[in-house]
Amino acid sequence: MTGLIILISFLLLAIVVVQISRINELSKSIRGEEYGKQRSIDRQGRYLLIFMVVFLVGCVVSAYYYKNYMLGYGPHTAASEHGPMLDRLFNVTLIITGIVFFLTHVALFWFGYKYRDQPGKKADFMPHDNKLEVIWTAIPAFAMFALVINGLVAWNKVMDDVDPDEDYMEIEATGYQFAWILRYPGPDGALGARDFRKINGVNPLGQDWTDVKNLDDFQPTDLVLPKGKKVRVRITARDVLHDFYLPHFRVKMDAVPGLPTYFVFTPNKTTEEYREELSKFPEYQVPADPANPDGPQLWEVFEFELACAELCGSGHYSMKKIVRIVEPDEYEAWLREQQSYYLTSVRGGSDDPYTEQLFDFELEARKGEFDDALSAAIDAEDPADKIVRLKYVFFETGSAALTALSRYELENVKDAMLENPNIEIEVGGHTDNTGDAEANLALSLARAEAVANFLVNAGVPQERLVPTGYGELVPVDDNGTEAGRANNRRTELKIISQ
Amino acid sequence: MANLVETAKTKEEALIEELGYDDHFHDHHHGDKYQSSFVSKYIFSMDHKIIAKQFLITGMIWAIIGAAMSVIFRLQLGFPEESLAWIKPLLGKWIVVDSNGFGTLDPEFYYALVTMHGTIIVFFVLTAGLSGTFSNLLIPLQVGARDMASPFLNMLSYWFFFLASVVMFISLFLNTGPFSGGWVAYPPLSALPEASSGSKAGMTLWTTSLVFFVVSVLLGGVNYITTVLNLRTKGMTMWRLPLTIWAFFVTAILGLLSFPVLVSAFFLLMFDRGLGTSFYLSEIFIGGQALDHVGGSPILYQHLFWFLGHPEVYIIILPAMGLVSEVLSVQSRKPIFGYRAMVLSILAIAFLSFIVWAHHMFMSGVNPFISNIFVVFTLIIAVPSAVKVFNWIATLYRGRVRMNTPALFAIGFVSMFISGGLTGIFLGNSAIDIQLHDTYFVVAHFHIVMGVAAFFGMFAGIYHWFPKMYGRFMNETMGKIHFWGTMIGAYVIFWPMHYLGMIGVPRRYYSFDTFDAFGSFDGLNAFITIGAIITFVVQLLFVINFFYSIWKGKKMTEKNPWKANTLEWTTPIDTGHGNWPGKIPTVQRWAYDYGKDGKEFITQVTPLAEGEEPSDH
Ligand code: HEM
Ligand SMILES: [Cu+2]
Ligand SMILES: [Cu+2]
Repeated sequence: MTGLIILISFLLLAIVVVQISRINELSKSIRGEEYGKQRSIDRQGRYLLIFMVVFLVGCVVSAYYYKNYMLGYGPHTAASEHGPMLDRLFNVTLIITGIVFFLTHVALFWFGYKYRDQPGKKADFMPHDNKLEVIWTAIPAFAMFALVINGLVAWNKVMDDVDPDEDYMEIEATGYQFAWILRYPGPDGALGARDFRKINGVNPLGQDWTDVKNLDDFQPTDLVLPKGKKVRVRITARDVLHDFYLPHFRVKMDAVPGLPTYFVFTPNKTTEEYREELSKFPEYQVPADPANPDGPQLWEVFEFELACAELCGSGHYSMKKIVRIVEPDEYEAWLREQQSYYLTSVRGGSDDPYTEQLFDFELEARKGEFDDALSAAIDAEDPADKIVRLKYVFFETGSAALTALSRYELENVKDAMLENPNIEIEVGGHTDNTGDAEANLALSLARAEAVANFLVNAGVPQERLVPTGYGELVPVDDNGTEAGRANNRRTELKIISQ
Repeated sequence: MANLVETAKTKEEALIEELGYDDHFHDHHHGDKYQSSFVSKYIFSMDHKIIAKQFLITGMIWAIIGAAMSVIFRLQLGFPEESLAWIKPLLGKWIVVDSNGFGTLDPEFYYALVTMHGTIIVFFVLTAGLSGTFSNLLIPLQVGARDMASPFLNMLSYWFFFLASVVMFISLFLNTGPFSGGWVAYPPLSALPEASSGSKAGMTLWTTSLVFFVVSVLLGGVNYITTVLNLRTKGMTMWRLPLTIWAFFVTAILGLLSFPVLVSAFFLLMFDRGLGTSFYLSEIFIGGQALDHVGGSPILYQHLFWFLGHPEVYIIILPAMGLVSEVLSVQSRKPIFGYRAMVLSILAIAFLSFIVWAHHMFMSGVNPFISNIFVVFTLIIAVPSAVKVFNWIATLYRGRVRMNTPALFAIGFVSMFISGGLTGIFLGNSAIDIQLHDTYFVVAHFHIVMGVAAFFGMFAGIYHWFPKMYGRFMNETMGKIHFWGTMIGAYVIFWPMHYLGMIGVPRRYYSFDTFDAFGSFDGLNAFITIGAIITFVVQLLFVINFFYSIWKGKKMTEKNPWKANTLEWTTPIDTGHGNWPGKIPTVQRWAYDYGKDGKEFITQVTPLAEGEEPSDH
């Protein structure tokens, strides 16, 4: 209905305009063609002048109004080392082109007005003027020359790749529909190899886990960088083109599937420092959330952002990551908190090529874990707390044969037994409730004996060990679920004297 | 008064009678063969003047569609908080209405609209609609030929364009939507149906349509070049050609050299899509699986595309420059200033336009060293561009500018070309382009310098040659409203985009709110959208004026209403097939003897007077 009304009013308006225009033209010829024409010419000449003034003044005023957003001014200064160089170049170009813009526009509109058709005037015959033409070819040529030289010097400086010997860090950003994955090299300082064929749900980058460089790489949610450190971002894409764009740092580079690109830059302002700068501008001294006038101000919640600047599909506009620039010591602290993606998400899973092997740090960690648990049990008063569960001791399914990796934990037990010669323990075997209870009881005893035998062979006196089978009688979890059953299948040490 | 007109008329006629060249045109009875029935006269016509009108009107229809699309996506950008449910009847499922009745544009369709808008305006409106219309109309008329070298190929050229139009139009109604990967259609997005729903059937139709379109351009181009080279009338040396013809001629050469590269790019793309080749594809994991492609390079496509793409922008602007040069000269009663410099700068721009393409790819991952070379050539191209601007301004100087709609649009063109050309200097400097690439600054640049400027050139041409096409004038009052509305509107829309670009707001964003850095310019975006709506409405006034004037416009009573020198104004008001009823005029001088020796104008068929020196130009 509204559509119809709009349509009808539009049609009526069109008819009115057409009629007025017709009458206007008709009346011109009635009042005398020449008279009407001249009036119209004068009027259009004036309009040209008015337009010129309004336009040029509008340009200056709007530019002044938005000056805080011009590159390099106000709250829009660059936060990278190379940024100010580019901003300066922008502003130099702005001044040169601005002058040309003004002069040519004034000439264009002024001539249009001044030399409008008027009775008695005659046009000059002026087909060309070589001197003038040489001058106005030479001037832009010279200006271009100056701009090119400056531009190229800056360009080559910015795009220069790192020298392998210099001090820099390398990280990686990978675009996919529609987000970024960041990857840091971890303590070894090197990013591991990737193969797009290895990509799957738990391996979003297709990291090749047989490359040990991958094992400590981590994938943080935010892009965190230390101030003042040169970083080389390796930019890749998984599916279509993306573009790694850090507006505040004057960084932009396409992410191309199959062809890693890079951008080298040095952030030189921390997020905190940038917020500090913003706090001086009134447009940032307003509540960040208009609904909450007492909440933090806009400058207080400011964050640098990573965006995508190459059309990549329907979610192109939403590929955001927060970028945090911090002081170097804060960065170190942050680094220590980060966990290797391999260890948190891949270790022990079906993609892990190292399931038959434990890394030194894992051995150390397990030893620490066991020793801690044992001393806690030793110190405990309540007999119920004098139990240590052997978390890493497993058996082949349905048998009492220890799995290969179980020996590491048992070595820890042996060491502890030898270190604490007074301790005597019961080795308790437990099963879940699947299958026959009798058989479970026998199996649990066999498993407890297997553990005791291992320890005896390792040098623990036999009399300090009491293997006991509990079968399914002492569950610690719900046998109704798979996780609960897994929990119930266990081997425990109970200190019976110390 | 009436007498004067009579004598002027007979003078040119007498000159043609006396000095013209008799090719025994009427002995051949072309007229009957070509124009015997309605169908062969108006539909499958081989007459260049009819074909010009076909190009123009098809282009206008596309312009309305393309512009309407931009209004719709501008509504989403400018007023994301306003419901768009009311256009659901038109757009159907592409408007997503939530449970509160609040309608938003589907992002996928937003991108389809942006893509279609760009493709349609660049290729169908500003290439076919502009160059197709005026090359066809003016080349035979201004060089003194009876028609194109091959009227049949010329007709095919239009019908291939028509075919391209039909295919593209059909793609708008696909269930998966029209192509949505941007008018530049970069793979892998455009190559992989998994990557976006527009890359399914929409993309197939898009490429098909554009291949037909290229055929149309090539058929037209071969004709324009041959006609200019071979069918110039006696005395029409190259240095006597009006600048319009120079522009169309060089444009056709550019098209002939660059469009085939686009077709090869498209073929390789189609092979990647359909045959499993890997020209552009490598190491891709999408839709939950790794594809087999290895070893291809998406950047190869960009090279091929922009090898056309950059010349293409000049294919669009050169004809507009030619039209503006002619209109400015005629309407200010002065020779175009620096004719030779104008021709040379057209040639220089054309040559340079082939070696600057990678300035679109500074941030694409090409070797940064290579960019150095492209920066140098790119900024060199600014020099001939500047020369042209100075010459246009100098043409006005000490003239008698008539201030009618064609003259105003020509002046507006120069303003737009300056504003947009200057921002090119920022972008051409790769160091500055790091920040500006793919932001609204680029959008502002090319819309002003190419989009708006080319439209202005086209409007100047339409208002100026409308009497030649239809024997009537367009209404001047509506024309001036149209001019001022468009001039103000265009700057209102595109000027603020420079600021958005400097702030860093990326182009092709469906919504700016995800980012704090881009999300706080709602006012500016709303302002732009309002400008776009008003400007769009003003264009409808032009359409009304156009069709109104075809039937009701003021009748042309003399052959040469603008008192112009070129040959098209020596043909009868109702120009029949073959253009001149009797002999073909021969040319005695260049096209710009305005104000020479105290004479307001001296047509090209007028021999040198006793003791008159040919103009030094
Ligand atoms: C003074 C001369 C000019 C220079 C130095 C120049 C430079 C540039 C540069 C470097 C870009 C790429 C920007 C980017 O994507 O980051 C660009 C984009 C563009 N220019 Fe120009 N330009 C000039 C004149 C023109 C003219 C005369 C036209 C058309 C008539 C034009 C049309 C375009 C178009 C269509 C694009 C954008 C294409 C796209 O990415 O969609 N330019 N220009
Ligand atoms: Cu993107
Ligand atoms: Cu270009």
